[in-house]
Amino acid sequence: MLRYLIRRLLWAAVLFVAVTMVTYVIFFITPADPARLVAGRGATDADVARAAEFLGLNDPVPVQYLRFLKRLVIDQSLGFSFATRQDVNEIVGRAAPVTASLVFGGAVAWMLVSLPVGILSALRPRSLLDRAAMVFVLIGVSAHPVWIGLIFAYFFGYKWGDITHLPITGYADFINPATAEGGPLEWFRHMILPWATFALLFSALYVRMIRANVMETMNEDYVRTARAKGAPESRVLRSHVLRNAMLPVVTILGMDIGLALGGAIFTETVYSLPGLGNMALRSIENLDLPVTQGIVVFATLAVIVFNLLVDILYAAIDPRIRLS
Amino acid sequence: MALLDVKDLRTHFKTDDGIVKAVDGVSFTVEKGQTLGIVGESGCGKSVTNLTIMGLNPKRTAIISGEAIFKGEDLLSMPSKRLRDIRGNDIAMIFQDPMTSLNPVHSIGKQLVEAIMLHRDVTKKQARARALELLKAVGIPRAERRIDDYPHQFSGGMRQRVMIAMALINDPDLLIADEPTTALDVTTQAQILALMKRLQQEFDSAIIMITHDLGVVAETADDVIVMYAAQVVERGSVHEIFNSPHHPYTWGLLGSLPRLDDDPEHRLVQIPGQPPSLLRPPQGCRFHPRCPYVMEICRTTQPELEEIPGEPGHLQRCHLDEDTKRREVEKLLSGTMAEAS
Repeated sequence: MLRYLIRRLLWAAVLFVAVTMVTYVIFFITPADPARLVAGRGATDADVARAAEFLGLNDPVPVQYLRFLKRLVIDQSLGFSFATRQDVNEIVGRAAPVTASLVFGGAVAWMLVSLPVGILSALRPRSLLDRAAMVFVLIGVSAHPVWIGLIFAYFFGYKWGDITHLPITGYADFINPATAEGGPLEWFRHMILPWATFALLFSALYVRMIRANVMETMNEDYVRTARAKGAPESRVLRSHVLRNAMLPVVTILGMDIGLALGGAIFTETVYSLPGLGNMALRSIENLDLPVTQGIVVFATLAVIVFNLLVDILYAAIDPRIRLS
Repeated sequence: MALLDVKDLRTHFKTDDGIVKAVDGVSFTVEKGQTLGIVGESGCGKSVTNLTIMGLNPKRTAIISGEAIFKGEDLLSMPSKRLRDIRGNDIAMIFQDPMTSLNPVHSIGKQLVEAIMLHRDVTKKQARARALELLKAVGIPRAERRIDDYPHQFSGGMRQRVMIAMALINDPDLLIADEPTTALDVTTQAQILALMKRLQQEFDSAIIMITHDLGVVAETADDVIVMYAAQVVERGSVHEIFNSPHHPYTWGLLGSLPRLDDDPEHRLVQIPGQPPSLLRPPQGCRFHPRCPYVMEICRTTQPELEEIPGEPGHLQRCHLDEDTKRREVEKLLSGTMAEAS
């Protein structure tokens, strides 16, 4: 197990370097001049040159990359924003909880929907519920999150706003609110529509996946064995079908959460949530390399950590993995 | 009274192409402590027959009629709760593929304990002791240590032993073994059969042995039914089936059996063609398209399953006259039957 972990961590380091290096390369082949942007609209060429010197943009790209790595490893610092001179650690640290709220809450929401719907439609294929679920799946996978977000915001936030009283924009801190609007209840109210939007696409995908997995597992020989033992259907389902059917779901869930933690750009944009996706979008517009890079670092780490978690969890629920 | 009395059992499946008559009027009895062999090719309905008796067919698509009287109760019409009480307790089942018949995420101990606790009001500790006892009885070495292992840690033969332990754990009156040795290599097959025979005497269970292997039947069965295309074509004692077979299909099965005393140059006889579609079975006798002795009547009229004159209890479903049959059987048993082609 330890050797396995060490090998995984080494691979993670390689992956990490590769991803951040690619970000650098892409940034520098973009035909744009971050120094000019930083210096401002009325700046002279001399100002721009001074800005470039100050930001270290005159050094060769590999030197800049190594400087980034050195700062990251030794000072655990992601550097400072080109545009605002703010500490990138702080920017990411402020945006990450917003995205995490969206992603984890969304994951809970989509599992709460897709588990019962997926299992029930697998148990009653071609029933009314199954057919309704398939229509839902079709809508969920076809509709764009921005469109869904706008529709939700219009109906639940505006049209029926007198009844629902749901905010359609902004974020409220869970703890230590910076503004008057804050605390767990406000946080929850602000997240309801983003969660619903974010979860719709995923719950559609997961209903389909869970339904397929459960149906497949129901046909396994060991399920027939369990019935032949005289186990009632509820026990067959709980103890023999679900545990096996959930194995692939756990894997995909972990990977999806890891991926989404890098920023749910569409949902965050529609609801003006100051999360990583929003920050990434803004930093790219501003050619603000340290911020972009900071978010890339965070997203990469999230993916790596969650993949590792999935592996460990998988070994815990599937004895065949544990020993090989 | 017979332990199990199956009368005119029919299992039809609704499919998109039409009704598949997987079992079409099958009757047989199993006596207490006896072994009934059910022989036939893949797809002849032998497995479905037994899954129907156990109520393990997909409920949505199966149309079932007939009776299966087990100790005075009809298994086919009883409430599912009552049937669940019988399954795994009075009637247990062993399946063909031990590689897939055990749940990969539970230890074998847990699966054995589950089988007991579903039917007996015992503590987990007592159930575990019983599980251990059975694992030892079926010959799992170092059972105390292996009880907490997972199925993937056992070989195919050992897994089938575990399945047998699980089937016998509640001391059933009837054990249905669906090709229990098919997925195993030959030496393991012999061990498993010997084990089943020994345990049958120990536990005094009746066995329904489903197989396509006449060798297995010869070794284990008291009575035999031969199934072809969802119907019984011959039924008799194991002695009658091997020494006085009456149906050309049974001859085909016997002729395709290699024998140690055969001339090495002698070619095995094969039954030409494929088993018919159960969606649209042939008119008349279902075996006629493949039968070397086919007559005009075979194409139009289905023969009834009838007792052979002078051989009570030996039934057959064929139009061929007795004299021809006697002649052909003599040829077959002396190993010189003309290759059916």
